Order: sequence, then structure tokens, then C-alpha cells
Amino acid sequence: MKSLEELRALKAKVKNDMTLRDGGEDTRVVVGMATCGIAAGARPVMNAFLEEVSKRNIKNVQVTMTGCMGLCRLEPIVEVIDKDGNKVTYVKMNAEKAVRVVAEHLVNGQVVNEYTIGAVAQ
Amino acid sequence: MQIYRSHVLVCSGTGCTASGSAGLFDEFEAQLKAQGLENEVKVVKTGCFGLCAKGPIVVVYPEGSMYCQVKKEDVAEIVSEHLLKGRIVKRLLESNSEEQNVQADAEKTDFFKKQLRIALRNCGRINPENIDEYIAQDGYEALGRVITSMTPEQVIDIMLKSGLRGRGGAGFPTGRKWDFARKSVSDKKYVCCNADEGDPGAFMDRSVLEGDPHVVLEAMAIAGYAIGSDQGYIYVRAEYPIAVKRLEIAIAQAKEYGLLGKNILGTDFSFDIELRLGAGAFVCGEETALMTSIEGHRGEPRPRPPFPAVKGLFQQPTILNNVETYANVPRIILNGPEWFSSIGSERSKGTKVFAVGGKINNTGLVEIPMGTTLREVVYDIGGGIPNGKKFKAAQTGGPSGGCIPASLIDTPIEYDTLIEIGSMMGSGGLIVMDEDTCMVDLAKFFLSFTVEESCGKCPPCRIGTKRMYDILEKITSGKGELSDIDDLYALASAIKNSALCGLGQTAPNPVLSTLRYFKDEYIAHVVDKKCPAGVCKNLLQYKIIADKCKGCSACSRKCPVNCISGELKKPFVIDQSKCIKCGTCMDTCKFGAIVKE
Repeated sequence: MKSLEELRALKAKVKNDMTLRDGGEDTRVVVGMATCGIAAGARPVMNAFLEEVSKRNIKNVQVTMTGCMGLCRLEPIVEVIDKDGNKVTYVKMNAEKAVRVVAEHLVNGQVVNEYTIGAVAQ
Repeated sequence: MQIYRSHVLVCSGTGCTASGSAGLFDEFEAQLKAQGLENEVKVVKTGCFGLCAKGPIVVVYPEGSMYCQVKKEDVAEIVSEHLLKGRIVKRLLESNSEEQNVQADAEKTDFFKKQLRIALRNCGRINPENIDEYIAQDGYEALGRVITSMTPEQVIDIMLKSGLRGRGGAGFPTGRKWDFARKSVSDKKYVCCNADEGDPGAFMDRSVLEGDPHVVLEAMAIAGYAIGSDQGYIYVRAEYPIAVKRLEIAIAQAKEYGLLGKNILGTDFSFDIELRLGAGAFVCGEETALMTSIEGHRGEPRPRPPFPAVKGLFQQPTILNNVETYANVPRIILNGPEWFSSIGSERSKGTKVFAVGGKINNTGLVEIPMGTTLREVVYDIGGGIPNGKKFKAAQTGGPSGGCIPASLIDTPIEYDTLIEIGSMMGSGGLIVMDEDTCMVDLAKFFLSFTVEESCGKCPPCRIGTKRMYDILEKITSGKGELSDIDDLYALASAIKNSALCGLGQTAPNPVLSTLRYFKDEYIAHVVDKKCPAGVCKNLLQYKIIADKCKGCSACSRKCPVNCISGELKKPFVIDQSKCIKCGTCMDTCKFGAIVKE
């Protein structure tokens, strides 16, 4: 390393990998990963989220998971919770839908209304 | 770059390694692979979390769930329940005694709530064998800023303003030490790190070296820049194999990145660090003995002055700081001296790490702001005394310090208040004692340590401590006289005034402080020939209370020396001349008919 700038560039690169352990201010993407969720295909959904978040280098997003939310018929379910605790619930997800949620919701801040529980349940 | 949704941190400090954490790492990797999660979940070896009593510790992020006493068999459950299905394994969580519910986030447990982690901030969060993780936590940023945009005088000014005092024992202001060395004129100067942690029960420095070795390297380089030195030495004891290994890895990585060596970050500043392994002599923690040992001689102290800042290692100006002191330095540079001096109390700034041990529930490592009371450490963080026993005293400063009795439990922990009450901050060992501890026996224990560890160079320490030990031996075996207590005082003051180094001068402290607060126990041993705590075997008698004895013969059958006899269904008696005071009979008796007094 030849300069402080180089050190800072490396830090920016490796920092992303560590944000997971900071907690706090993040938007959380919570994927239902109980037996029902996994059977309905939650795993590819989770992977799609991870891949997209990493590909687009989005900061302050945690992809995590939870158990059964009790709405097994609507699995795979994904909740996006912002830092103030506002929650959007997406249901009957798949990998393609996940990609769109990342692009529109996580990047642009626009909820993808047609995938939400209110829209689908009707 | 590979992104993981979850990180599993497995403690690989000495405490958890001893309780079996090494196998856990491989088991996690194997179980994750079996479930096909190896690309989603990362397993990281990290340094000490501080809750050594409940090790091996595993923390799972992003939830921050802290699993305690994890066994190899538990790994499959954590993987299949928590990591696959997202259900926290509650039975393994650190339980929160106050709220009677299980707390998934480790930061919110009683043990961590009152702590403030500066020196330990990266311990248990980063992988100590990976320099990238340290850099991600602002690592080497402070060094970069210092050498590219500050003058040495500015660095020293920051250290002076921060109010940081040495964490190794005596509490000398770090900035002043650096200032003296800066002003000493010489073409060669040295920066030393004292990692020869020798107090019984103290392991703060070990945990910093194991959990965050780069912070010490970075701080030493900063110190080197401040005083005008290009060479550092870390003197670490060979009994810390994990710490030594991680330091070696850290030094190699820092050199590879060009953060140590010639022309660091493209500046004119060069700095290199070498390790020196000590053979574990307690006296080598004393600065002049430490430097003599680095030079390759027998580790013996020499008189001061000249102080190391004027004439130290290889006769050149040298600064010597303790591991924990260094661990504070990069943060002070980054956050500013005002930030640091706003933490702590009026006269003692910042935090202090304590290795809490003895009769306490949460044995482990805690970092608290200066000025926190002993009560908060023992009851709020430490979880109180096991088995509902009463707090009797706490020993700080190891064999150089003294005890703090229960009546002073609300004393704020600061350099000056501790000295006022006859103890000292020391390097941070904190040994808690309950009502079953005999204070004379305790003083004897610490003195036996100094007797064994005395280097023998000066007579007050070599002969004086031995004589004091003999007197304590006499008192605890029931042959003491009142004049012995006067002799203890006389010897103590002679040693204090005439011993060559700090270790000799402070050796009588455990005796003086127990005499100050627990003189009644000494008197009881000498006059009544009784040990109030029931520890000193020669002053004890096991007796059978005739009224309570049912004559079942259980005790006499268990007695290893057959000294209990009697007729069945009639009270038994103990033959005191044969009794070895092992206590087996008392444990055996179902009727509580045997007492010790």
C-alpha cells in the first residue's frame, strides 16, 4: 500500500462485508424460512435477494430470515422492514419477483404494490 | 464479492479454546455444508467476548444471538433451527436473570448493558487473523492520518489532552511519557509494548492480543512517529501461544500491506516491530527488567532514574506502554481527545478492562467507564456471588494491590480513589471473595506468589517477603503471637522503603490492606486461635454434636483415617489427634450433626 487513499479504498471494499455485525439502522429483508416457506420455494427467493443486494452493492440492507408467519398458503413470504419499523409484506414470491423488489423497493423506495399481501389476497 | 446473510462468530480466545471451541468451528462448517448453506453463512473465528465463564461462546449475526456453553452436539441444532429456519435456539441463550426471559441480542443482556467497549471494541467482532476485517473497522486509519497530516507534537498534544493514563499499573500519563521520550535527543529510539501479563487471574492483555492484535501494532507505530522511533518490540510471554501466533500473523499481514516497514503509506516514516518471548518471570513485567530481558540478559530490574524515556532499551530513549494502553490510542486519534476525556470521571478518563474472577457468577472480561462503582461490577455486570453467599472483599491490583472490603463497595473505581483506600488499579485483575475466604490466608497466598517470583537481586524483597511469609505461616498454623503483627508492620514498611523495583515495593500491600480492614481476623488467629472463615486447617476442629447424632456410622465409614468411632445408635466422636480435617464427614452426615469451628 502506497498511500492513505489506497487504505481507504480497501476499507470501503471490505466494510460492506462487516455491516451485518453492526445492526441498528438497517432495512431488513426478512424471508420466511420455515418448512412451509422452504417447501414453497423460499430458498431461491432468499438467494435472489442476496445476489441482487450484493451485485448492486446496496448498503444498509440485511437479508435475514424468520420462521413461519402463520400464512402458509401465501408462502414464500418476504417482509421488508425499514429503519423506522414500517413493514411491507410481499407474498407468493419467487426469484424474479425478488429481483424486482430489490430494484424498485430497496433501491428506488417504491413499494411493488402488486406483490403485497393486500393486492394478492384479494 | 461474496455476500453472506449471516455470520457465525466462534470465540477462539484462550478461555473458550480451553472449553472446546476449536472443534466447533469445523463442526459448523461441516453442518452448514450438509444443509447446503455454506455460501449463505460465514463462520468466523474471533477473539474473546468476555463472558468466559459461559464459554464456548458462539454469536450469530445479524440477530446478535449469543449462545453459551455450546457443545459439538448443539451445532447441528443451531444450524438446522437458527440458520436454516430462522428460529433462535432459546435453551442455549445467555439468560437475562432480571427479566426472567431469554434475550436474543447479546448487547442487551445485563452483562453487556453497563459496559463500554473501547479497548475491547473489536474483540469478539472481527476475525483477528484477517487484517481486512480490522481495516473495515477503521483500522490503520488513525496511523494514516497521523503520518500524513500531523506533526509528532500534535500527536503528543492529543495524548496529553485525552488524559489517558497507563493501564499497566502505576497510571502514569501516557502523553507525558511520550513527551519525555520525544525530547530526549538520540538518533535511535525504541517503542516497547509490555505484554508480559503476570498477575494471577488477569488476562485482559491476552484477550486484546488474541482478539485484536492489529490495534497494538497500529498504536505502536503511532507512538513511534510521535517520539521519533523506527523500531518497536512487543515483549509477550511464551505461555500465551495463541496470542503469539496471532501477533505473528498480524505483523506479517501488516508488512505485506505496507502498513509496517519502510516508507509507510508513501511517507518518510518507517517502523518495524519484532516480537520477544518472555519465559514467564513475573518480574519481567517491571519495565527495567523487561528491557534487560529484551537485550538478552537475565530479567532483573535496575534502579531508576535514569528513566527509560532518557536511557532505556540498549541505552537509548524508550517508551514502554501496556497492551491495553495502546489499544486506546487509535480511537483517541480518530474520535479526538475531547471525546475520550468526556468518558470516565474527573480524575480518571476513559475505560478500564477488568478480568473478573473468584467467587462471582460471570467470570470474564468487562470494560467499564472509570468511576463505575465496585457494586455495579460485582452485582450488575458480574451477576453477584454464587450460592447466595455474602460479598466480603475484592482484590484489585493482584499481588501489588490490596483488598476493598464490603463496606467500601460503593467506591468508584478510579486511580486515585483506589490508592486512597489502600488498593490500586493495577493491570486489572479483580478477584471477588465471599464470606468463606480467610483474609490472612489470602494475604499469605499473594505473598507466596511474590516470594516465588522475587528475582532475588535486592535483599528487602528476597529476604523480607520470605520473612513476612514465614510469620503468616506461623499465624495461620495457630502459633502466632501479638508481637508478630507488629513485626509484619515493621517489615512491610522496611520493604516498601527500600526495595529496588515497583514489584518489591508493593509486595507488602496485600498484607497491609488486609491488616487495615480485617485486623480482627488476624487477632482471632493469634489470640483465640480460631479462623473465622473456617479455612486455616490447623485452627479448625470438626466436632459431632451429640444431640443431633443418630449414631448411623455413615461418617465413620467414610473417614479416610478412621478417626471417628462410637457405638451404633449412640453419638459418635472424632479423635482430634488423628483428624486430617478433610471435611468428608461433614459432607456425609445427613443430620447436620457435624460442625467445624
